[in-house]
Amino acid sequence: MSGAASGRATGLMAWWEAIRRDRKATIGFVLLAGFVLLGLVGPWLVGDPDAMVGVPLQPPSWAHWLGTTGQGQDVLAQTVVGTRVSLLIGFGVGLAVVAIGSLLGVTAGYFGGRVDGVLSMLINVFLVLPGLPLAIVIAAYLPAGPLTVAFVLVITGWAWNARVLRSQTLMLRQRDFIAASVVSGESHLRIITREMLPNMTSLLLAQVIGGTIYAIGAQVGLEFLGLGDVSAVTWGTNLYWATNDSALLTGAWWTFVPTGLCVALVGFGLVMLNSGFDEVTNPRLQQERAWRAFLLGAGVPVSRSTPVAIAHE
Amino acid sequence: MRYLLRRLGFYLIAAWVALTINFFLPRLMPGDPATALFARFKGRLSPEALQALREAFGLTDAPLWKQYFTYLAHVLQGDFGTSVTYFPSSVGSVILTGLIWTLFLAGTAVILSFAIGTLIGIAVAWWRGGWADTILPAFFAFLGAFPYFWLAMLALYVLGFDWGLFPLGHAYSDDLTPAFTAEFIVDVLRHAALPIATVVIATLGGWVLGMRNAMISVLGSDYVALARAKGLPPGRVVLRYAARNALLPSVTAFGMALGFALGGSLLTEIVFSYPGQGYLLVQAVRNQDYPLMQGIFLVFTLAVLGANFLVDVVYFWLDPRTREVSS
Repeated sequence: MSGAASGRATGLMAWWEAIRRDRKATIGFVLLAGFVLLGLVGPWLVGDPDAMVGVPLQPPSWAHWLGTTGQGQDVLAQTVVGTRVSLLIGFGVGLAVVAIGSLLGVTAGYFGGRVDGVLSMLINVFLVLPGLPLAIVIAAYLPAGPLTVAFVLVITGWAWNARVLRSQTLMLRQRDFIAASVVSGESHLRIITREMLPNMTSLLLAQVIGGTIYAIGAQVGLEFLGLGDVSAVTWGTNLYWATNDSALLTGAWWTFVPTGLCVALVGFGLVMLNSGFDEVTNPRLQQERAWRAFLLGAGVPVSRSTPVAIAHE
Repeated sequence: MRYLLRRLGFYLIAAWVALTINFFLPRLMPGDPATALFARFKGRLSPEALQALREAFGLTDAPLWKQYFTYLAHVLQGDFGTSVTYFPSSVGSVILTGLIWTLFLAGTAVILSFAIGTLIGIAVAWWRGGWADTILPAFFAFLGAFPYFWLAMLALYVLGFDWGLFPLGHAYSDDLTPAFTAEFIVDVLRHAALPIATVVIATLGGWVLGMRNAMISVLGSDYVALARAKGLPPGRVVLRYAARNALLPSVTAFGMALGFALGGSLLTEIVFSYPGQGYLLVQAVRNQDYPLMQGIFLVFTLAVLGANFLVDVVYFWLDPRTREVSS
């Protein structure tokens, strides 16, 4: 096994290697790549999702693989076209909440004292305010649309990331190498960007992935409640129209089942991919891997408490 | 006591932030919400209603800081303004009609989920590595990937529509009048069963995993080993020695879960057409009933803050360390 050796390599190749090597990450990558591709080229393949193409509320058939909606639109076309906006908002909000969370969380943890006092208070207040009602009230005052949805999701979603990153920063702040940087006179900005953030890569990536999953779920929820632009085609508005057209009361399961499966598959893919990212950014896991392989090769049973630190001896 | 006072102070600040957001939101919006509403309800809204609206928003000609304090004073007196959709009912009275249902639904669901999840967590940790320990985490991860309300829709479709086991919506049958009779109570429970069950199933995983992990670290500690070595019955060791201490992180999480459930009850109530706060809030948003919307948001916030404070009191009582006088 060349696990430890390739762990030194950085750049895209290392990521690719890690994704390929880890079976879970491969599954996740394929799933996500499929949905991204669907979001990119899908809308050109399926035609106008708003067009009335047949009798309303028809079950799946050869002409319409996923049936038709209560307004005679093709469910497959709507699901495919909805992918683009839903994924864009998901990834955009996922990145934004981590950016804001790390800015405030790391600042609070690094500088401590009064700065931490004020920022921690802000973080805790936003954690305790009920997120969904707050998002709804803010969204109600803004013009309906994907940008509004993204905006309210960032407002209500950043605090959790900030809290986790703050405690991680507090922990790193105690380390000797940070103290050494401070003593050698490096600027705060340089210490934060060059010494601290690289040590949090694994956590930051996991947060982006978690944030994206949150954003996709919450966005679908908000739009389901009718807070998005209901004339746009997204996964959430598809569900909104499904209930508005009484899909449940008429037994039209095909109008809401595909969307839910898509959301779940994207979330599943992201979680799977995350385990692969961990392999690259977390050297401990690589050592553990090499050590376990060595033990198994020697015919020794591997238990959960097998110490990792001895791996290099 | 200082611990509780500090927490109380924090919740007061959080409540003040919510009030301030509520005050500034309509003012940040381009244009005047009252006039916009008046235009929308052309003919249906009397000039008196417009005046009431302006007052509800505090949109007088007074300077901003004066409007702000008038607003705070009104809210402190329990005056949330007048509803537009239910004019001339006050926002407070409209909210009261939905509040009891939401508290019933969200409260029962959270308590059930907490109790069942914690018990499963204890059992799974005790029989660590058993079949339940392997299957359950994967099962909950699988469930967690779906949007909660979508699972609720699916359950409603399969169990309510297809199999006809449960009613398709509302809090009680239309032909019954609310009364304290066995028939009515059974009917209410029948209507609440599916909404509550879906929330419980969707939130169970967090409690199970949290309790399992806390139990495993507590079960490895010396005092539990001593209790076992003394030959105490396993049931006593698990419940009285280990679980009691492992419960603390779950109790902390309970406050947040309550807030989450109250917020999430919005989605539940829409799926099941349940006449609670969430249903009212979404109706208010669709009808642009800003005063009602803001009143509901405040009630949600106050309920969550109150619940969190109650949890802090319980924590204070459970964990003697919070009672130590810190320097």
